[in-house]
Amino acid sequence: MLLAGGQGSRLGVLTSDMAKPAVAFGGKYRIIDFPLSNCINSGIDTVGVLTQYQPLVLNSHIGIGIPWDLDRNNGGVSVLPPYERSGNADWYSGTANAIYQNLNYIDNYDPDYVLILSGDHIYKMDYEAMLDFHKQTHADVTIAAIPVPMEEASRFGIVIADEKKQITEFEEKPENPRSNLASMGIYIFSWSVLRKALITMRDQSNCDFGKHIIPYCFNEGMRIFAYEFNGYWKDVGTLQSYWEANMELVDLIPEFNLYEEFWKIYTKQTMIQPQYVAPTASIERAIVGAGDRIAGHVKNSVLGSGVVIDEDACVTNSILMKNVHIKKGAVVDHAIIAENTVIGEEAKLGEGEYAESKLNKKVYASNLVTIGSNSVIPDHVTIGKNTAIHGVTQESDYPNMALESGGYIIKAGDRA
Amino acid sequence: MRALGIILAGGNNSRMGALSNKRAIAAMPIAGSYRSIDFTLSNMTNSHIQTVAVLSQYNARSLNEHLNSAKWWNFGRKQGGLFLFTPTVTADNSWWYRGTADAMWQNIDFLKERHEPYVIIANGDCVYRIDFNKVLDYHVQKQANITVVCAKCPEDDDITRFGVVKMDPDGRINDFEEKPMVAHSNIVSTGVYVIRRRALIELLEQCNKEGRYNFVTDILIRYLGMQKIYGYMLDDYWRNISSIDAYYRANMDFLKPEVQDHFFKEGETIYSKAMDLAPAKYNEGAKVSGSLISSGCIINSQVENSILFKKVFVGSGCVIKNSIILPGAYIGDNAYIENCIVESNETLLSNTSYVGRDNIMVVAEKNNRYGV
Repeated sequence: MLLAGGQGSRLGVLTSDMAKPAVAFGGKYRIIDFPLSNCINSGIDTVGVLTQYQPLVLNSHIGIGIPWDLDRNNGGVSVLPPYERSGNADWYSGTANAIYQNLNYIDNYDPDYVLILSGDHIYKMDYEAMLDFHKQTHADVTIAAIPVPMEEASRFGIVIADEKKQITEFEEKPENPRSNLASMGIYIFSWSVLRKALITMRDQSNCDFGKHIIPYCFNEGMRIFAYEFNGYWKDVGTLQSYWEANMELVDLIPEFNLYEEFWKIYTKQTMIQPQYVAPTASIERAIVGAGDRIAGHVKNSVLGSGVVIDEDACVTNSILMKNVHIKKGAVVDHAIIAENTVIGEEAKLGEGEYAESKLNKKVYASNLVTIGSNSVIPDHVTIGKNTAIHGVTQESDYPNMALESGGYIIKAGDRA
Repeated sequence: MRALGIILAGGNNSRMGALSNKRAIAAMPIAGSYRSIDFTLSNMTNSHIQTVAVLSQYNARSLNEHLNSAKWWNFGRKQGGLFLFTPTVTADNSWWYRGTADAMWQNIDFLKERHEPYVIIANGDCVYRIDFNKVLDYHVQKQANITVVCAKCPEDDDITRFGVVKMDPDGRINDFEEKPMVAHSNIVSTGVYVIRRRALIELLEQCNKEGRYNFVTDILIRYLGMQKIYGYMLDDYWRNISSIDAYYRANMDFLKPEVQDHFFKEGETIYSKAMDLAPAKYNEGAKVSGSLISSGCIINSQVENSILFKKVFVGSGCVIKNSIILPGAYIGDNAYIENCIVESNETLLSNTSYVGRDNIMVVAEKNNRYGV
């Protein structure tokens, strides 16, 4: 069961019109491709995807699951949005509540075990090895946990386990952590155990796995084990971490390798033609998607498919998603530009000095220019650092043809 | 659903030299991400032809691998489907395909069992875009028995390797010469034909009775006076790739923005098998210009006026100029490659140099990648 209904509000305008799992990553992928590919590579061919916030992009991406070989006669992928019942209709009020509302779906398959995943992380993991561990230890619940540096442990939910890996204690963001095993939000439950817990806890408001179901299981004295995972696992929940995770991919030998045959990551491919690099172009330290046409200069950047960069345009340290068009002479530095956005001629993005965000200090706290999908930036404007833009903007939206650092223009709902 | 498709993809051609050792011409990689047969398959699916039979003989495995699922071209529906027919031994036949007409005759049961009124016969070695519905409309409007899709021979191509056609003002073909010594026209047959399914069955059975096996010489040319055979002019881009030079030029054409637009931007999608490769990666030292680069490539040095197919690795200090690097090739450090076609999955050692001087050089070294 893949929880994909969250907004991911810390990604700012990137999630204005799509859920966080649908946000593009690494040129051609979307975040949800990683858990979905992990599923099929681990031999899990029945997957329920729970959607709620802005599901359109996610729905059309998943379809009937063809890219992940999840179009099956039995099982396969099912998208599970909230629905109306006779008498009442509820939104999913929490992660566990979402699963509770889909008890029927799971009962249909009557599984022995249920794997709970979220669509928030970039990683390659063999869930089958985790399931083997779950069976071996005769656990009721297994929580995947990753060792983190001790000094950072106070930012995570920490589990404390004995030498047999049975969990003896939980600490949420402890000041003085006694272990460095952080919960990854990936759980395997024996279905009978989970079913009982969900039904018992059904009246809990905003019922959540971490806050309610796991503590309930713990207090009932169930066998809860920690499955230690040692591999690449990256949270992309904030703009800064999202940007960094993308940028790591352009390293000579990236820690997270997308180029190996083993454990492939699958995605819905909308474009297959090669990219054209014009005689005027230069590209270095970059990942460039299919069907791109590059006539300008690109360095230290990750480009999705169908991106067009005109002559004399210059893109550095940036992430450009699908079908972004950078017009002639534009300069783009330290920017995240979402799908189908057009940057006007001679526009300058990422100019000036850092300034505190006037929109939301928690979300926007880096040097990045963040531009939501389907936006337009007019010709010749200058945009400062730590800014956010969403919507079709015109020259009149920019006093003195500029948006100073820390500023924002949100024209949500405009359908020009 | 007016027509079913037959793709004659059996052939090999000595003009392809070493390139056809590994594969049928229809399976030749084209334009970075495609194989030759993708163009005809996509034209058919985009023209709403739902049933397509591919007749293959020479190195059929190479095609089979590409066609292992019909879904990439939107075939494989409940109605219709994609069929790959290779010669089989049956109670009354133990021959290989002895010619194009014989290939169809050996699968005549397939033709008899279908219900579509027309058949589009095409081949797998042309790069073009066509709406077969327009050809069908023309065929019906002219009340033709057979319509041959014709094109102007590309100026830089050798016309004597084609069937050369002359038409009267109405479009009826009055002269058809197969691979002439001297051509009397610059109009050539593209090897795409439209014919009524029942008429085709009759002609094929007649041919077989007479021990004739070739569609062009034994049907088109032999029946030229008796049957109404019309030519349909395809005025768009069209290239046949079945010689090394033509193959090289057709690929290099894709470096022109107008050719890219014609195939990638305008009109419906050209489909191919999805390979799930990561996007191309340019490392420090990459210097690429005027080139087409495909998914899965990793580039560490200079590439100029060239086409890199999928999953090509270019080491550091290399210079690649005016060349075509087929899928999966590994180019060792400091290699110099100019005017070459490097075979797929080839491993080129470091510090080597390959230069095609008067002709395009086909590089097929068969080095062991992991033994060096």
